[in-house]
Parts: sequence; structure tokens; C-alpha cells
Amino acid sequence: MADAVCTGSHRIDEYLRGLRDLDLLRFIACGSVDDGKSTLIGRLLYESHLIFEDELATLKVDSARLGTQGGAPDLALLVDGLTAEREQGITIDVAYRFFATDHRKFIVADAPGHEQYVRNMVTGASTADLAIILVDARKGVLTQTRRHSYIVAMLGIRHVVLAVNKLDMVGYSAEVFDRISRDYRTFAKAIGLTKITCVPTSARYGDNIVTLSANTPWYQGPPLMRVLETVEVDTTAAAGQPFRMPVQMVNRPDSGFRGLCGLVVGGTIHCGDQVCVLPSGHISRIAAVVGWDGNKPGAVAGQSVTIVLADDMDVGRGDVLCAVDAPAIVADQFDATLIWMGEERLLPGRPYRIKIGTRVVDATVTELRHRIDVDKMIRVPATHLELNQIGVCALRADRKVVFDPYLDNRDTGGFIVIDRITNNTVGAGLVRNALAPSRNLHWQALDVDKSARARLNGQRPCVVWLTGLPAAGKSTIANLLEKRLHALGLHTYLLDGDNVRHGLNRDLGFTDAERVENIRRVAEVAALMVDAGLIVLAAFISPFRADRDIARQTVSAGEFCEVFVDTSPAAAEQRDPKGLYRKARRGELLNFTGIDSPYEPPTDPDVHIDTSRQSPEEAVDAIVSWLRVHALLD
Amino acid sequence: MRALSHLDTLEAESIHILRESVAESERPVLLYSIGKDSSVLLHLARKAFHPARLPFQLLHVDTTWKFREMISFRDRTVDELGLTLLVHQNPECLAQNINPFTHGSAVHTDMWKTQGLKQALDKYGFTLAFCGARRDEERSRAKERIFSVRSPQHQWDPRRQRPELWKLYNARTAPDESIRVFPISNWTELDVWIYIYRERIPIVPLYFAAPRPVVRRSGTLIVVDDDRMPLEPDTKPELLRVRFRTLGCYPLTGAIESTADSVPEIIAEMLVTTTSERQGRLIDTDSSGSMERKKLEGYF
Repeated sequence: MADAVCTGSHRIDEYLRGLRDLDLLRFIACGSVDDGKSTLIGRLLYESHLIFEDELATLKVDSARLGTQGGAPDLALLVDGLTAEREQGITIDVAYRFFATDHRKFIVADAPGHEQYVRNMVTGASTADLAIILVDARKGVLTQTRRHSYIVAMLGIRHVVLAVNKLDMVGYSAEVFDRISRDYRTFAKAIGLTKITCVPTSARYGDNIVTLSANTPWYQGPPLMRVLETVEVDTTAAAGQPFRMPVQMVNRPDSGFRGLCGLVVGGTIHCGDQVCVLPSGHISRIAAVVGWDGNKPGAVAGQSVTIVLADDMDVGRGDVLCAVDAPAIVADQFDATLIWMGEERLLPGRPYRIKIGTRVVDATVTELRHRIDVDKMIRVPATHLELNQIGVCALRADRKVVFDPYLDNRDTGGFIVIDRITNNTVGAGLVRNALAPSRNLHWQALDVDKSARARLNGQRPCVVWLTGLPAAGKSTIANLLEKRLHALGLHTYLLDGDNVRHGLNRDLGFTDAERVENIRRVAEVAALMVDAGLIVLAAFISPFRADRDIARQTVSAGEFCEVFVDTSPAAAEQRDPKGLYRKARRGELLNFTGIDSPYEPPTDPDVHIDTSRQSPEEAVDAIVSWLRVHALLD
Repeated sequence: MRALSHLDTLEAESIHILRESVAESERPVLLYSIGKDSSVLLHLARKAFHPARLPFQLLHVDTTWKFREMISFRDRTVDELGLTLLVHQNPECLAQNINPFTHGSAVHTDMWKTQGLKQALDKYGFTLAFCGARRDEERSRAKERIFSVRSPQHQWDPRRQRPELWKLYNARTAPDESIRVFPISNWTELDVWIYIYRERIPIVPLYFAAPRPVVRRSGTLIVVDDDRMPLEPDTKPELLRVRFRTLGCYPLTGAIESTADSVPEIIAEMLVTTTSERQGRLIDTDSSGSMERKKLEGYF
């Protein structure tokens, strides 16, 4: 770039206009250090003059200390980020690099090839227009090459460059390049990749990176940089799609102005065009696109804008403005590919938050259809997903959400999964489609309802949920409580953990996934009984906070009382009326809560019973008094 | 409509990030450090919420050792744009007169900036802080997220950072945690300059070359900004035509000799320059990996 700078000030202005109007390509480089990936990225930075002298000086010092090039500057060290990583020689996370040529600006996502490659690759690939896949010319297409390509195809990246690298190590052989290119094209076509360019390279010596190399006179294609400079970027392609703008916020400085702020993620819009607001379905017209320096004639994909609609209507964060003739889908149940990124496994039935566009909703995986084994490219049955696993599942949200299939629009079809307790981002989802209408179950509205039945019973139905370690005394307290309520003439039913497992849940064991399902079923049964007008007592270990939350949400607000029967693990183990702790200690029982399976105590229970200080009778008194205070008992 | 330029795309991304942050956070604040990156960030924020006023305050963590021209520029900007500015100076530093000459750059920076910032964030209870740091500034920043979660002690744990996919940012935290947001993460130094040029954004005059009184300290040119700078009896500042590529505390910020006194000339000079921007900052050069250590302790 430096060569083009001249000293005359009008020449500078002219040159700056050129710089100002460059477009931007984001790409991901996939491969391992062994393939020369870091060297390749270092080479691209170096060739675009973006390595400064002081960085080169640091590089020379580092090369002598850590380099693998026998003391010569090791370009790979330029892109290995954190001190810890440099010294261990591993890259543990996605890093972003920047360079520019006279034609284009580039952002490179440098995703590690080995550890946690799924999570990192998916992250890097989610914003990329193009992927460079590196193979070592000596090794050809490997399992790793297939893995990376599969994820690139899954994430909808349209352009792939296969860099057949280290060609110097095979004597710049045309045969080797042709064979690897052929192998790769056959495989890539099978997984749906179509736009593929194969380039023979040596990142270390710079062959076919910026200019065609004299070492490969047989290669007629463009050098790597030329490919990067000329492929169509996604925002340009997105301009031709149906209009989409998720509303981020409403800009309302005074009562006279109401602007809808958002990033246009599809299509083009002009003032006067009709738009449809989803999920409500209301239709209006674009009255103005408000700019910093006056109103604009319209907006295009890739711009952050503020839009004023012609009609005053209720539109807010999470709604999506869509083209009237090609609106997005509105549904609360859909199929998606899920990439799990959490340390804690994904369990079907457990509620998570999902963020899609600008909408955050609660959602659960209702069915895990299968897991995808990326190495073998096959479907395998699964009950849960571990970190870095990929699965296909059905999800149900607590509200209608607006989306497109991911392969139609990445920004309205991609979502993240957020853990409700840690707030971490634990998964990424790609919407496949809405569930077929025939699979959508509609609730049958009934004329005799819960309050009618409750009136007839002369009581207010609710769930009293007792949770605690095994042998904490839950069943004892629940029994006493039921006797007390029965004596008051109230209709009750006691659901007890052990008893339910003899019938309704006899097909379930004690893995985490089965515990979640156990509690889900019990919560549903309890809700039906509340609907029938009963006071339901449920005594379950129910070790996971998230599952107790579901139980609470299954009934209406004010109908749930969480009782924490709090016993020290030592006291529970000493009590042990059924001898279960002794068995577990002998290794005869696996997944025993408190021993080899976790218990998450309630953070804010409605009633907290401390069994070291309160007798079972006092515990019942405490619960009855809570029910009275909350107007559930007279 | 023709294809968007890279500056249009970067601008749209930054505005999107600013709006997402405000929509998802209870008490955001913009950390305003007066430099060119802060100027760009402030400009983007004004665009993002136009025609409304900025939905957050500005916070300047002052060290009392900034260039005087920075402070006057800050006050003028706030005044002209009708912004609300909070200024925090670490009271312990004031009491102990912490300064780079007696205490060294490491202690000075830690006490005034790192501790000062933590104090200010705690004092006002901000849940999200915008900062104009960029990924191209330093190697350890290349892996920084745009939304970076900090522990209740404001520390950065590289292993606890959340994956960031598509344009979906997750600003949820536990009650004591906070989020640092870097809306111009993906901008380079050159992008910042070309944007300043395109949008005609005002910047502190110290970025432009002018004759200034200079002394040489460990190979770096230091401008003598006031009489607190201890000088050897026989040292006399020489008058050189210099400018700054980055701005900070004057005794810790190296100047470069230059004749560039307009934005296009700065850009032209930059394109032929051979040293990276942070080289003028004495605080980063203590040892290799020193920026990473500062981040772990809670500095940006």
C-alpha cells in the first residue's frame, strides 16, 4: 500500500478516497499449525506490509526463543496470541487479524484446528464470507479437512479456497496438487459446497500467495490474494434477499418522534414501501429512513438505520420488519441444528434462554432427534449433547418467534443458547424449519375450568414441592402435612418420589437426563391435579434448580410453594432409613445424589426447614402458616 | 445502491453493538479517554441514538498527568455537545501523590488507571462500560471478545469468555459482574484515521505536528507539558516539531518527529511508517506479554 502514497496533497486526497471506498471481506482460516495455517496468516499480513519494524524485532527475539524455523523469523509467531498459548505452542481460542490491500479490507478469523475445534470453528465461521481450508501437500485430504469442511458447509459459507500448502515439500508437483484437488472436490460436492477454488501454495516461501510463482508454471489459476480480493461478499448478496430488520430499540426523544432502530440483515427498502411487522402481522409503510445528516431515500442490508413507519402502532424490541410479499416464519416450535458449547451438557426438557435476532425467549429442547458424528458423517442416537457435540432437535419456545431457515438468512436463522443460571452462551443453533402444522398440538379449551372445580371443592389448589437430599425427611414431613390438611377437610394428593418411580416413571433411571424427565413428568401430573382442584404435595429430591423452576412455571403464579428440607449431608447419611447411602458408599448404587451426583440447593425457597433445629411437626406448622399468609388456606 | 464500503460496514457494526448494549444493560457508561479512538466512539454513539440524546454518561478516569490540551479538549467537547461527564481521580493517589517519576510507570498506571477505573465503576454501579480499544492494537487483544465479562473484582479470565456468534451479543451477567464492550474492536488504526477524515471528527491538536519542548528519556521523546517534570540541572528541553500517535499521561507518552499537521498528512505518514502505534507507550514495553497481565488485573 505504501508505494501508492504520493506527497502532493490532492494526490493524497484522491488516494484517501480510494481507501475510503474499499469493501470488506471476512474469512476464516481452517487447519492446524502443522498445515502452516499460522504461517499463512503471518504471510498475508507480512505481504500487505502490516508488520511493523518493532513487531518484527519482537518476532526475531521470539523466534530465537520459541521458533521452529532454526532461528529464522517464524511468521507463525506473529499470530499466536496470548503468552500462555505461545509458550505451550497451542492456540486455544479464535483470534481476529486485520489486513488490507489496494482492493479490499480483510478480517481473518484464526480458529484453532485441534482442541475444541467445533466451538471455535463455528464461532469464527459464523461471520465469515469465505473459508480457506489448508491441507498439507504431503498428507492430502484428512479427517480434519473433512471436519472443517463439514462445519463450513453447515454454517452456510458460500466460498471455499483449498490451499494445498507446503508444496515445496513435494517438489512443486502438479500431480500431487491435481490429485488432492480432485479428491477434495469430490468430497466437497457431496456435502453441498459448490464454489471451490484450489490454489497450490507454500506459505513459508510465499508461492502463489500474492503473485503467481515461477515454481508452479503449470498452475493457471489466480494467486490466493487475488481470490480473496474478488469473491462477492455476503452483504452484497444479502441486498438481493427479502427485506428483514429485527427491531433493536425504539428511539423516542419526544412525543413527536418514534424511530425503530435496527440493522438491516436482508434486502433493500425504499421510502413508501410496505412492510409487515412480525409476529403481530400488522402492515404499514416506510415513512422515513432517518440519517445523521438528513433523511435517506432507503436502506440496504448491512446498514444500521432508524426507520419511521407511517402508522402509529405497537412495535418494540424483538419484532422484525419484513417484506410484505416474503415475510419470515412465525412459530413457537421449530427444528434446529444445535452446536453445544457449554461445559455442562445439554439436557432435553430443561429450559434455556435463546436469543434470535433481537428477541430473547425461554425455550426447551423437546426432542433430540439425533447427534451428528462429524468424523464419520453419520447420525447417532443421543439423549444429551456434550461440549463440542452437534445434534438435530425440536425446540419449543414460550412465545412465538420470528425466523427464517438458516440457509436462507444467517442473521434471522441463527440463534444462541444462554444458560439461565450462569448466563453463559452455551450453544449455537441453526433453524432448519418450523415444525409441520400437523405436529402443532392445539390446547382444547374446556368450559368447566380450574376455578369452577376449585369452587366446588371449597379450596384453592396449589403445589407444595419439597426438595432436599435423600433421607432429609421430605416424605415424613409430606405425610404429616397431608394428614393435617386432610383433617381440615381439604382434598389433597401426595406424589412421592419412590412411589412414582414404581409406575408412571418406571422406565426412568438416575442419569441427569432421566432425572430431568422424571421431574418434568411429575410437574405435569401435579399441574393436572391442580387443574382438577387438588392441593398437591410433591416430595422429590429434584436436585436441579432449573427443573424445580420448570415445575413452578407449569402451574400459575401463586400456586407453587417450594419447601427446602435442609439437612447436612452427614445427618442425612446417618439417618438413612432405607439404607441407600450405605449401598451407594459400597458402589452398589450409581448417580446417588449427594455422593456422586450433584444437588443444587434452592437459592430462595418459599419455606426453609432446618432439620437440625425443627421437628417434622414444626416443619408442617411452618408450611401451613406460609399457605395461610399466601391466602391458599383459610 | 452500490456495495457498502468497509467503513460503512464497520460503522454499522459498531452502531449495532452500541444499541444492543443499551437495550440489554441497566446502567451503561462510556469510558472517555479523550484520544482519537474515544472521539470516534463518541461520534458513533451520537449517530446510533440520533436524534435522541446519548442514553448514557461519559466517564473519564483522570490521572492528573494528562496533557493540558487533552483536558481542555475534553471540557470543550462536553460543553459543545451538551454531554454529561463524570471525572474520577483515585483519592488514594491524590493523597499519596502517586506519579510516574517517583513510583515508576507500572505503579502509576496500576494505581491511577486500573484501580481508579474499578473505584469509579463500583462507585456509580455501572453494569456495562464502553471502551474504544481495538483488536489490532496488541497481540493479546486479538482474542478479546466484543462483550467481555468481568468478575466482581473486574478481572478478565480468558478461559471464561463467551463465544460470540453472528451478530448476537450476550450482555447478561450475575448481579456483581459487569461487562466491558468494545464497539470498535474490528477497526484498525488506519480505519480510525480514515473515518476521522471522512466524518470530519474533531481530535485533540496534539495529534498534529507543532513545535513542542522535548526531552529524551530512554530513547523516547517526551514533551515537557508542565513544571512537574523533574529535569537534570544541565538538561534543557529542545524545541522539536513533533506529534503523537496515541495519547496518555504526558511523562509516559512518546512523541514522534513529524511535519504532518493535517489528517491526510497523518494518514500518508502512517502508510509509510515502520513502527506500530503502541511503541510510543512506555507502559506496554515493560516485558513481552505485559498488556495481557494488565488485562488480567482489570485494566482494559
